Amino acid sequence: MGSITLQKVSKVFGEAKVIPSIDLEINNGEFVVFVGPSGCGKSTLLRLIAGLEDVSAGHILIDGKDVTDAAPAERGLAMVFQSYALYPHMSVRNNIAFPLKMAKLDKAIIDKKVADAARVLNLTDYLERRPSQLSGGQRQRVAIGRAIVREPSAFLFDEPLSNLDAALRGTMRLEISDLHHQLKTTMVYVTHDQVEAMTMADKIVVLNRGNIEQVGSPLELYKSPRNLFVAGFIGSPHMNFVTGTYAQSKNAKTAGIRPEHLGLSKDSGIWRGTVKVAEHLGADTFLHLDVEGIGQITARCDGEFGAYHGDTVYMTPDETKLHRFDDKGLALRA
Amino acid sequence: MATQNTKTLARLMMAPSVLLLLVWMIVPLAMTLWFSFQNYNLLDPSNVSFTGLFNYQFFYTDPAFFQSIWNTLVIVGGVLLITVIGGIAIALLLDQPIFGQGIVRILIISPFFVMPPVAALVWKNMIMNPSYGVFADISKFFGLRPIDWFAQYPLFSIVIIVAWQWLPFATLILLTALQSLDGEQKEAAEMDGANFLNRFIYLVVPHLARSITVVILIQTIFLLGVYAEILVTTNGGPGYASTNLAFLIYRTALLGYDVGGASAGGIIAVVLANIVAFFLMRAVGKNLDR
Repeated sequence: MGSITLQKVSKVFGEAKVIPSIDLEINNGEFVVFVGPSGCGKSTLLRLIAGLEDVSAGHILIDGKDVTDAAPAERGLAMVFQSYALYPHMSVRNNIAFPLKMAKLDKAIIDKKVADAARVLNLTDYLERRPSQLSGGQRQRVAIGRAIVREPSAFLFDEPLSNLDAALRGTMRLEISDLHHQLKTTMVYVTHDQVEAMTMADKIVVLNRGNIEQVGSPLELYKSPRNLFVAGFIGSPHMNFVTGTYAQSKNAKTAGIRPEHLGLSKDSGIWRGTVKVAEHLGADTFLHLDVEGIGQITARCDGEFGAYHGDTVYMTPDETKLHRFDDKGLALRA
Repeated sequence: MATQNTKTLARLMMAPSVLLLLVWMIVPLAMTLWFSFQNYNLLDPSNVSFTGLFNYQFFYTDPAFFQSIWNTLVIVGGVLLITVIGGIAIALLLDQPIFGQGIVRILIISPFFVMPPVAALVWKNMIMNPSYGVFADISKFFGLRPIDWFAQYPLFSIVIIVAWQWLPFATLILLTALQSLDGEQKEAAEMDGANFLNRFIYLVVPHLARSITVVILIQTIFLLGVYAEILVTTNGGPGYASTNLAFLIYRTALLGYDVGGASAGGIIAVVLANIVAFFLMRAVGKNLDR
């Protein structure tokens, strides 16, 4: 069990309205990712759910029960922090056992649960070590272990992978996804990295300045962003926005086209541009182009295409994949 | 080769200060040791002779000797107990966001800036005096007989005065340690269901262990030689009730004019300090290496 409902939740720090008002439904067993740029209120929202911050107005319901005024420990949630927040003077075993010890469980039961969690997370050989003797990924797993043993109704992750190097981040991403499939427990995950959001989420909540811009599955957000913000935020490299005559010809204020939806050619096309920077990634190449009458455009092409600084390249946008936005920045549906 | 040169140069550059420190320490120690085997009394300075271990025997058989050692340990232990526990308590309070934090912190530190004799005189004449001290006024307000602190509880009075002076030191060190405690750890413990007491026991105290060790070690060094507070309040009395080793040495040297006997006492004090340091390092020293 682990459905979370936010009803008109708002948070004010002094004069600053960090979260004006949010309504959100998180279903049992879902993997929900809060994503947005720095300072968009995603971490604050998570801390409100955890109970580490008090809401200024509104209600938070967990499994239909109002927990707005409940203490963090009473909400039955477990949290994994960005810095892992392991207790440095305790062994891995004691770190994982700590919440159980606080719940005054039987010694034998504690030992069994810790052993189980350690097996799931491949920590069995490290139980007697201190956190300072572990690598970043192992510390992360200990933090997750400490969360698992409590058998919470939902897990809260606050940018858990941001302190890891790129390779380890990829591995941990898989491990967390795998854990979600095993446990089938609700997970709420905060990140500023849209790759993490796209790869892990059942449902993404895009936040901007404390407001929900759009809620949907990763592909929904990719295929039909509701407004300019979501369109620009989801997808890498970012979507190209084109204004002026081209957009007007499509009956829109702004036209958006993703770098991967531009057909490239060396001799003919609608737009003509000069390559400023070519980023060769091997399989793909990202071209940053200066296009006459349009401006900066990013295009994605096959690694074999072979374009370099100073080359002239022609582009044709795929009209079926074109996004159109009105003067308020909202998407126009065909 | 370069490192070899750097090392040699570093040693050469450090040599003068190391040498100075060594001389500074060795010369007085050697002189004290030398005098401790001499029959040297300032009332008869022309008649100096070697006496072997007589000075040590004289000091050892002094009826005040064992009491002064006991008093020294009581002062050290009592002050450490009050300052460490009180320091943690005050540091916890000061760590809370309060109105006028800056001024409160300065007020808390201020006893440390008062010179020991001045502090002791203020306590003697304005706070603990049985006829017009603050404590006497409080006793009278409740209809109780005022306590004559320095007559009835001389050693305890000294402990209170010295503890008052050292409390800011302990508080400051422990406060900075408290402030370096990771906020996410506290929040994690909160989510793990630890109440305030459990967070204190399992999170705060282990985090403070190293700072508490530093407080204990530094204070012990100074507390073994408490002197000014005793001189201006009880003068070691009544009898020898508040005489510690440092004060006993002072009595022997400057009231008894017995340089030889006082030197023997000084050597005994050095030995005592080393015994205390040995047990202290065994008890809390492991907190320092991590």
